[in-house]
Amino acid sequence: MAQTPAVEPFSTRESWLGRLNRRTAHGDRPFWVLVLLFALAIIGLVGAVGLVVYVGSAEARGLYGLSFLTGTVWNPVATEVREASYGAWPAIRGTLLSSLIAVLLAGPLGILIGVFLSELCPLRLRTPLSFMVELLAAIPSVIYGLWGVAVFVPFFRDYIADPIANSLGTNLPWLAGPVATGRGLMAAGMVLALMILPTIAAISRDVLAVVPSSQREVLMALGANRWEVIWQSVLPYARAGIIGAVMLGLGRALGETMAATMLIGNSTRIEQSLFAPATTAASLIANQLPNANDALHESALVYVALVLFGITLLLNLIARLLVWQVSRGPIGRV
Amino acid sequence: MRKTLGMLSLLLLAAALVGTLAPARSAVAQEWEPRQLTASLKGSGATFPNPLYQTWIQVYKNVVPGVSITYQGVGSGQGIRDFIGYLTDFGGTDAAISASRVETEAPDALHVPTVLGAVVPIYNVRGNPELRFSPETLAGIYLGSIRTWNHAAIAADNPGVRLPNQSIVVVHRSDGSGTTSIFTDYLSKVNAEWRENVGSGTSVDWPVGIGAPGNPGVASTVLQTAGSIGYVELIFALANGLSYGPVQNASGNYIEASIASVTAAAAGIEYPASLAVSITNPPGPRAYPIAGFTYLLVRQNTYTDANKASALTDFIYWGLTEGQGGAARLGYAPLPDDLRALAIGQLRKVEVNGEKVFDGPVK
Repeated sequence: MAQTPAVEPFSTRESWLGRLNRRTAHGDRPFWVLVLLFALAIIGLVGAVGLVVYVGSAEARGLYGLSFLTGTVWNPVATEVREASYGAWPAIRGTLLSSLIAVLLAGPLGILIGVFLSELCPLRLRTPLSFMVELLAAIPSVIYGLWGVAVFVPFFRDYIADPIANSLGTNLPWLAGPVATGRGLMAAGMVLALMILPTIAAISRDVLAVVPSSQREVLMALGANRWEVIWQSVLPYARAGIIGAVMLGLGRALGETMAATMLIGNSTRIEQSLFAPATTAASLIANQLPNANDALHESALVYVALVLFGITLLLNLIARLLVWQVSRGPIGRV
Repeated sequence: MRKTLGMLSLLLLAAALVGTLAPARSAVAQEWEPRQLTASLKGSGATFPNPLYQTWIQVYKNVVPGVSITYQGVGSGQGIRDFIGYLTDFGGTDAAISASRVETEAPDALHVPTVLGAVVPIYNVRGNPELRFSPETLAGIYLGSIRTWNHAAIAADNPGVRLPNQSIVVVHRSDGSGTTSIFTDYLSKVNAEWRENVGSGTSVDWPVGIGAPGNPGVASTVLQTAGSIGYVELIFALANGLSYGPVQNASGNYIEASIASVTAAAAGIEYPASLAVSITNPPGPRAYPIAGFTYLLVRQNTYTDANKASALTDFIYWGLTEGQGGAARLGYAPLPDDLRALAIGQLRKVEVNGEKVFDGPVK
């Protein structure tokens, strides 16, 4: 028997392979790393998008700075007497107003649908109705746009916009005519409302469904009726989630491009009336970027994208604050 | 047996295609044949000539099987960007690259006009009168100074036509487009107020009206809206059977857009060497005034592969000669003869390493 080299019987040292083997034996650590990478990729993606729109808008940012936000003229063509100049206010205003109209209409309606589905709906109806709501959320926006142009807008023009413009509109400038094609802020906002309604309804339903039964039973024990239980106990308990649902809907309305382009009339001039054509940031970019006149025009459009990015971030922040604010304090009141 | 039949029908189909597109083939064949090369060529750009270019490419495959060509209709602006960035071998654009941009970014770009397009006014007026338009009227409507259909200016253009007291709804393109470029270029030439306050480009700051996406968007909006007026490509109007109004040209004649009157628009003009010029409001008495070229962009001396450059120039030459008959059948106006000679002259300028790659006969 050859002499074996002396080996320490209880070595505290371990080869790197052994260490790796031991650490990965249960698969926890690699899984942790993998999941971390995915999570970091999200941050990287947001950063990359931000970087691209920031760099791409350099020329317009240098030229206009922050006054871009309040500039009301969007003139992509230089003439003998008029400079090409870009201001994002028409796009910002159109984006905010059309989304606001959408949320004002779809918010209450969506929450009520959610309440019905989770609290009041007979069991037999619940599944088909919920399914329909989810189906509505899955319809591509171009189909909403098409339906809006072909069906909704003619109806809206003849039976809603024209009568309002001819009666109330004669005194209120923001409801004034001429209605013309019917396409404008109001029409776009109403179809957007329809598009975000299922999102708000479906999430509200899910949020309300996880409200613990004790929350309802307490008030029932005190002799409250259905309405009082929902209004004073269930809804307040779920308020953070409901605000989240509305914000998600708002996010969808802000970024909607196709349906907005088809319905808003695409005019970069600011007119007071809600029935007049306007534009949104997303539709302005989609319309003009592929065939921009020159480098500055392109840069200004990317700047609009940066502004839209900023608006979205800001709204998310506000939503967070709102959720945080309302989730403090006592739940429900009697 | 079935296979043979299939092959036979394919051959017949190919022969039929070549036959319909190239009636002059036998006449040309003695003088010029495209070289049988092997190359693959990439191009992108304007959407307006896309159907024509796809047809050319398909038929050319039978003429020179070794050359495979792709063209993507991504829009003129993107086509120019791709071409300048050397992403493509050739570009397509409706509006010529501006002189200043050629100087700074694309000194080697050659504009080769291929066919002509035109823009026509379409309208939807109560009582369906047949209307014609003078330049001042069109500009007035799009400036917002003419607001009703029974305005004196429209009545003066259309003596004896009963015009309703109906508000005018102006419809324009919402997307940046070569169609808008030609239309606004025309308005800039015929109306000082338009030239000073609005100008011309793929997107402009429209004084009035609503924007609809694409030719189909404008057409459907006009059809849907009482009292509206819009503008679309002639080829789109022809393909969809839309009726459109004649427009008064520089000689004072009201001309209806047709393939002949659009071709006439390009005739009898003094062309600069670059051929990059707008031809709206041309002097010809029978010319339709709202017309423009669509160009292919090729490189004068920065191709490195002589084989590729030869294949490309052969293809474009084929399109300018035998392809023109097919163009007319698809609704595109062919180039007038004098201009075609100039376009072929552009191809003869292409060099690789100082050597000319093409010397087809000018005709």
